[in-house]
Amino acid sequence: MRARFWGTRGSLPVALTAAEVKHKVAQALLLAGGRSFKDQAEAETYAATLPFTTAQTFGGNTSCVELELQPPGKDAHEYILCDAGSGLRPFGNAVLARHGPKTPNVFHIFMSHPHWDHIMGFPFFTPAYIPGNRLRIYGCHSGLEEAFRRQQAPPSFPVDFDYLGADIEFIQLEPGQRYDIAGLRVTPKLQLHGGDSYGYRFERQGKVVVYSTDSEHKLDSAEETESFVRFFFGADLVIFDAMYSLADAVSVKEDWGHSSNMVGVELCQLAGARHLVLFHHEPVFKDAKIAEIEAETRRLEALTRQDAPQLTISAAYDGLEIDL
Amino acid sequence: MELNAAQKNNIVVLAPRGRIDHLNADAFGKAVAPHVEACNKDGPRLLFDLSSLEYISSAGLRILMLASKRAIPAGGRIGVAAPTALVREILEISRFDLVFPVFDTVNAGLASFADPAAGH
Repeated sequence: MRARFWGTRGSLPVALTAAEVKHKVAQALLLAGGRSFKDQAEAETYAATLPFTTAQTFGGNTSCVELELQPPGKDAHEYILCDAGSGLRPFGNAVLARHGPKTPNVFHIFMSHPHWDHIMGFPFFTPAYIPGNRLRIYGCHSGLEEAFRRQQAPPSFPVDFDYLGADIEFIQLEPGQRYDIAGLRVTPKLQLHGGDSYGYRFERQGKVVVYSTDSEHKLDSAEETESFVRFFFGADLVIFDAMYSLADAVSVKEDWGHSSNMVGVELCQLAGARHLVLFHHEPVFKDAKIAEIEAETRRLEALTRQDAPQLTISAAYDGLEIDL
Repeated sequence: MELNAAQKNNIVVLAPRGRIDHLNADAFGKAVAPHVEACNKDGPRLLFDLSSLEYISSAGLRILMLASKRAIPAGGRIGVAAPTALVREILEISRFDLVFPVFDTVNAGLASFADPAAGH
């Protein structure tokens, strides 16, 4: 199984500004120290050796994560996604580039919740406009379909939901129940967030991925902590809402519905998880800030590991792929 | 986790010992509650001596945040002192070092809190 991150930013898409790109280019030139490169490929090989924040960016699309069970070819394929944030648009474009418009594909989309940043990519998801494609949109909110329809209703968008050409079905799930969907064992879990959100535990052939975004942890109940430890238990990968520092999450941003890197480390350590991915980055954070948080989180994990196996820490970025 | 309390002039020094995690944070909160309640503009200042604290989790830090949120608007003063290297890093990574003053030693905390010119 492979997890591929198409959108990793919280709340609102962001883009690098011209000044930020210029700053990165200047940094790369300084680090090159006058070296010359014979072609683009050689320059890109060199760029891959530079610090991530110099040569790349964490990206700015909102939540969308693909779980790939088998690499797709040109034939029809079943795709599995978590959330339909703005990262859904480049995902859809990549699918079209791979298959062309005439191959009927199936898309299983598991929705954490219908807040705007988690559905905003859908009107720009080209496969939804193409007859022959099948979309199965899963979630625990009773008003999920209404949220999708409303964002495409006048005057918000020029193409009404009813004009979409694909076969689209909304399927309501119950938290705590186990489902077998698209080759995965799927268990949703209720999370604390305005209007509720749901995390998903995906299991297949001994591998476990947990998608847990937009989830606040109040830290006032050992039972609540233990319930998430069970949800994360033994996971190979935990995709975790680490939008704020702990101090912010329990003070000025209390009840905003998000969590912190520190709580992510604690829950993963208690659960014996193997890889924690910091996700749903605060949109005001620049690349350097996210890299700093990633480094601090690795340090925290090392400080608190004791005799347990190492928990791998990554900050998600648009384009990140993790093989399990 | 144990909590020792001692009063030095107008400063209460609370010294937790051991580890504070999600399993005993509630007990820690109950133990400090009376001292937090009394920490206002007319009451004693509150200094946490962290020299014997081996570890504090997010649930434990939340108790310190609740103490700060209750005492400071009431005119009280709260600080922490002498954290071990590990706990100091936890305070920094969690950004709790921005929530209240972190003194290198208990004496430095006592001196600062005893100084009437330091204000609130």
